[in-house]
Amino acid sequence: MKLLILLVIVVGVIAVAQLAKIYQLSAHMRGLREEEISEADTRMNSSLWIVFMFVFFATTIWQFIRYGDYLPPSASAHGESVDTLMNYNLALVIFVFFVVNTLLFVFPYKYRYNKNRKAHFFPHDTRLELIWTVVPSVVLAVIIIFGLKTWAEMTGPASDDAIRVEIYSKQFDWTARYAGDDGHFGATDFNLITPANPLGIITVEGVKVVNDKVSGKIAKLQATLDIEKGYLLAQKSDIEATLHGGDSHGHGDHESHEISPEQKAHLEGRLQKINDVLSSGDAVVLSDAAYEAKEDKIFRLDRHIQRVLELQPFEFSDGLNGWEVGKDDRIVKGEFHLPIGREIEFVFRSRDVIHSAFMPHFRAQMNAVPGLPTRFKITPTITTDSMRTILDNPEFNYILLCNKVCGAAHFNMAMGIVVESQEKYDSWLAEQNVYAAEQN
Amino acid sequence: MGIAGVMMSVLFRLQLGWPGESFAILETFMGKWAPNGVLDRNAYLALTTIHGTIMVFFVLTAGLSGTFSNLLIPLQIGARDMASGFLNMLSYWFFAVSSVIMLFSLMVEGGAASGGWTIYPPLSILPQAMPGSGMGMTLWLVSMTLFVVSSLLGSLNYIVTIINLRTKGLSMTRLPLTIWAFFITAILGVLSFPVLVSAIVLLMMDRIMGTAFYLSDIFIGGEALDATGGSPILFQHLFWFLGHPEVYIVLIPALGISSEVIATNSRKPIFGYKAMVGSLMAIGFLSFIVWAHHMFVTGMNPFLGSVFVFTTLLIAIPSAVKAFNYITTLWRGNLIFTPAMLFSIGLVSTFVTGGLTGIILADSALDVTLHDTYFVVGHFHIVMGLSAIFGMFAGVYHWFSKMFGRMMNTKLGYVHFWLTIVCGYGVFFPMHFVGLAGAPRRYYDSSSFDFLSATADLQPIISVFAIIGATSQLIFLFNFFYSIFRGQKAVQNPWKSTTLEWTTPVEHIHGNWPGPLPEVHRWAYDYSNPVHEEDFVLQTTPLKDGEVGH
Repeated sequence: MKLLILLVIVVGVIAVAQLAKIYQLSAHMRGLREEEISEADTRMNSSLWIVFMFVFFATTIWQFIRYGDYLPPSASAHGESVDTLMNYNLALVIFVFFVVNTLLFVFPYKYRYNKNRKAHFFPHDTRLELIWTVVPSVVLAVIIIFGLKTWAEMTGPASDDAIRVEIYSKQFDWTARYAGDDGHFGATDFNLITPANPLGIITVEGVKVVNDKVSGKIAKLQATLDIEKGYLLAQKSDIEATLHGGDSHGHGDHESHEISPEQKAHLEGRLQKINDVLSSGDAVVLSDAAYEAKEDKIFRLDRHIQRVLELQPFEFSDGLNGWEVGKDDRIVKGEFHLPIGREIEFVFRSRDVIHSAFMPHFRAQMNAVPGLPTRFKITPTITTDSMRTILDNPEFNYILLCNKVCGAAHFNMAMGIVVESQEKYDSWLAEQNVYAAEQN
Repeated sequence: MGIAGVMMSVLFRLQLGWPGESFAILETFMGKWAPNGVLDRNAYLALTTIHGTIMVFFVLTAGLSGTFSNLLIPLQIGARDMASGFLNMLSYWFFAVSSVIMLFSLMVEGGAASGGWTIYPPLSILPQAMPGSGMGMTLWLVSMTLFVVSSLLGSLNYIVTIINLRTKGLSMTRLPLTIWAFFITAILGVLSFPVLVSAIVLLMMDRIMGTAFYLSDIFIGGEALDATGGSPILFQHLFWFLGHPEVYIVLIPALGISSEVIATNSRKPIFGYKAMVGSLMAIGFLSFIVWAHHMFVTGMNPFLGSVFVFTTLLIAIPSAVKAFNYITTLWRGNLIFTPAMLFSIGLVSTFVTGGLTGIILADSALDVTLHDTYFVVGHFHIVMGLSAIFGMFAGVYHWFSKMFGRMMNTKLGYVHFWLTIVCGYGVFFPMHFVGLAGAPRRYYDSSSFDFLSATADLQPIISVFAIIGATSQLIFLFNFFYSIFRGQKAVQNPWKSTTLEWTTPVEHIHGNWPGPLPEVHRWAYDYSNPVHEEDFVLQTTPLKDGEVGH
């Protein structure tokens, strides 16, 4: 390794020396000043522009041939309009690209320096400038109109009979949720998230579980703090000072030092307990920082319980109890299914940071933002099986990717999608985990 | 900073070109960031983040408007110095401290900020979410705050100097386009950078004071956070209110430099001077009302999206005017291929090529499939990365003699240019196809996705071009530093240019002009004026009898 580094340094030094030599030689040989460009250099550079143009254009065309059918045909209804729009825009852009770059590379060749010629004095021309203001404006107006038409089509409200699927994201996986037979998603709250209830669906049992769990944690933390040695010793000396009030202090005339017999009995009892703990050897020792961290944690857990207590039961307009409907929600991991030809309205939620649900084959993407549910609708038009036939690839699968950097495993955060007939979809859905079952 | 930024890109291109491949040398230099010679995932994200930050802010913002404004404004407007030397110095030292902190952040525990240069919360707020959101993020925020202070002090100085210190006869309509570009850039900076600071302050408060401006309903690290009611999207609005003008803060000085270089070396006046100034103003104004085109897929109201589609595509009009005016300037010119001229023509090409793909991205319906893919990476690297860096190189080659009194080597300049443009397009052009195929950016490794296999063979090609391109910058560095000491001694006006900086002596003197300040009688672009024998007329030359002035 050291040898390699040494080698790199040696090569570097040689390179610099060589460059210096070239530098000096080129300056001497030419016998010209740096700003005087020789005819040979002018010819070389002007020809290089033409060579560059041909190579650049040729590789561009080659890339279009080789990589032009970048994605399989759109598997969603709106995606077809998107693809059409994309093709028209690409065609226009490529046309302008070739025209402008051609002018830009041919002019340096054509108008290369000639000492016998004087440049054409042409400071402005209102007519010309008007042309290239108005023509792009008109073209852009057309692009805007067609673009916004497609945009409106994509983002309009979903129809009433659309199937709603919730896509829930966290570092670093996706979960899909389907409403149960009652047709309602159970309400959710991030305070109710537990390993058994990863989406935080609100149910009476869920609230109780979290309450018990958090209270348990608080009790445990408090128990540790209660036997912390330094804390106990401090308390002990406080109590002792109070009990023997006035002895050690010069201002015994303070009223607060008069303590009632009940109080005295209580403090003595407390002192006894402290001494018991200290002599039993159960006392733990914590650093100030650790002690404060635990106190802080208790404070935050108290707030957590408070937020859970603030959750209010509610009813849907058709009389269903909001805290009941979540029980039959179906929760799916790893891969989710969609029926062909039905409108699907996705609702995206996130637990921790911003993720982005990117489904390139459906020309769909929407961020999943914590605290802000977002929506996107698609209508699948090609089943997974048909797509496999079209692409002649039996391994093909639709995919949902995370496309907003979310942490170290961001690049691995994906979920499969299967599009199939309504019957297959129905039977698949019936087999999926029901949330209430998971609770038991 | 530039060298650091480019080297980082080479490091992560190694991983992207040959995922999982072991490069023993990486471990030697990066230690635990590259165990067994394979770049670590967190280190990959940290490198992309800091590469973006350094390139956008520290190289392209500070390197273009920061350096060239201070060099050219006094020289080209006929002033003894900038209006406030004190502000100038403050700006310089704030920048130096900010750079040191940014580089230092690579070495703290947990690594540098890793959530992308856009530092979207909640990722950037929560250290539980990724190690880079700990100390590294804090330093990032501190560094950027200092950077903004530096940028603001500099910008104020530029504006004041240009308004107050123009020499006699130099009306605004006679200014070289470089000065116009610096002027508009400075105004953009003054209006937009403070918004970034407010976004950063709110982010800091969320991180250390328990506020919830950008946080709501978050469960992370096994705990439900006590932060509700904020909106992560609010940060994006604030960030991009700076972020989009920032694109033009980077680009406009480059356009100004290339206008000057192209006119001089075409021996022609820049075509449509007023349209060039007007389009700069239009671009500057529009850049403030397009920011949400970065946010089409955040769940923002679709109608709002439509408005931003409209305003964004409007920018294409002044941009088209500029592109065609450049081409018309070349038309029937007498083109001298100095390295600066080559880079300026290259700039027009990248500006057009990259701008055109912007038309596709601005269309919200199309952005849905392309958002955050390699298509975006290709687009902005060409239109603002390559264009701005080409403008910077053009400026260095053109005004080197004003900086050091010597000339840079032309032949090495040619080699540098041709390698750079070939590699520049070689790296970023194929990215459009990778992106059209649906490959997300900021992926540590996308080789596991079957549907991306069609364009997978482009990744190593891109990496090879990136390595060659980065290496060829060494030629420039050599040329630059060697010429400072051993370059040919410069003459007063090597490019036979018309503007005031070429009337100063070659040797630097305090106050720029030995005698009284020059007086200006004409605009900056009297090249090949048929009234005159010479093919250039200095701005200080009085009008001939009967000549119509500008």
